[in-house]
Amino acid sequence: MHELSLCQAIAESVARHAQGRPVARVAVRIGHLRQVVPDSLLFSWEVLTSGTDLAGTALDVEQVPVTIECNRCGATSVLDDPIMLCGSCRDSDVTVLTGEEMLVVSLSLAEV
Amino acid sequence: MGRFHRHPDGTEHDHLDEADAHDHDHEGVERDVGDHSGYTATGANRIAVLEDILSENDRMAEVNRKDLIGIRTVNVMSSPGAGKTTLLRRTLAELSGQLRVGVLEGDIATSIDADRLDGFGAEIALVNTGNGFGGECHLDAVMVRSGLARLPLERLDLLVIENVGNLVCPAEFDVGEDARAMVYAVTEGEDKPLKYPVMFRAVDVVVVNKVDLLPYLDFDMGIFLANLRGVNPAAQVIRASARTGEGLDAWCSWLLG
Repeated sequence: MHELSLCQAIAESVARHAQGRPVARVAVRIGHLRQVVPDSLLFSWEVLTSGTDLAGTALDVEQVPVTIECNRCGATSVLDDPIMLCGSCRDSDVTVLTGEEMLVVSLSLAEV
Repeated sequence: MGRFHRHPDGTEHDHLDEADAHDHDHEGVERDVGDHSGYTATGANRIAVLEDILSENDRMAEVNRKDLIGIRTVNVMSSPGAGKTTLLRRTLAELSGQLRVGVLEGDIATSIDADRLDGFGAEIALVNTGNGFGGECHLDAVMVRSGLARLPLERLDLLVIENVGNLVCPAEFDVGEDARAMVYAVTEGEDKPLKYPVMFRAVDVVVVNKVDLLPYLDFDMGIFLANLRGVNPAAQVIRASARTGEGLDAWCSWLLG
């Protein structure tokens, strides 16, 4: 539901870094722990950029799975659901290693 | 790391890692597989950014936080109808005369909630988020900033930010608060922590509200608490009823930090 706001923020970040140069693609990285629906993000991007300098710019969404490290046994697990339990010893004292990312990674400028 | 993307014909897929990012075939499909130039990560025309998407919001949240030094600031979130405003009414009545309280009331439209909070001696600023695309589903740091400008901060001890009723979006936006609370109604069932983990992970306390209704519901508190522990082992839980006043003391003492 907040994908439109995120796209607004992405577009502002892109504008800051592109400094007027035409942009072909924007790469973003989104962790699975963020409630972002890629389809919705792509749709919002299309809506938000249409009629602007960024119209037609591709948005590449890289999704990052959730990995946690157990503070008790030290094991690293990849989670399929948001239950914060060590995959090895089932302890709940864990640290999230990846999955909370929400980044603009890079821009690719258009060939001029 | 999956690289989800979509081709112009509407098909979409994940690339599992950098190694398989470019020279794959789409089996049985004779067509342009889309422009993969974005995956050629070495081109001279590529600008590395590595910037948090919400960096501007977070920057503004820090500005708010600085202005709010000395004022305990709590961001209260919930789904619509969980009882945030009713709980706040009782809270304001309870704290009236002891503390100088401000309320920043976020709503997509109308001043109904802000009006309900009037008359308890608190300073109230309403932020309607209904601009642009039919209303934002959350408060962000800029919206909160606009509300702060309408509050006499120098005269406040406690600021309660009542976020837009929504279990998804508000959790993503730091607005400059010290702590986050969630009001959860037992009528919402046991499963919501698993369905809205981002929100449940983001909060310091969960007020389990409407417990006066428990005799009439199939709600299983044990299952709910286990689900909550699964996504947020550290969250404090306060059983409450904004209607009967149960749990109000515990909530007020948490609120004061």
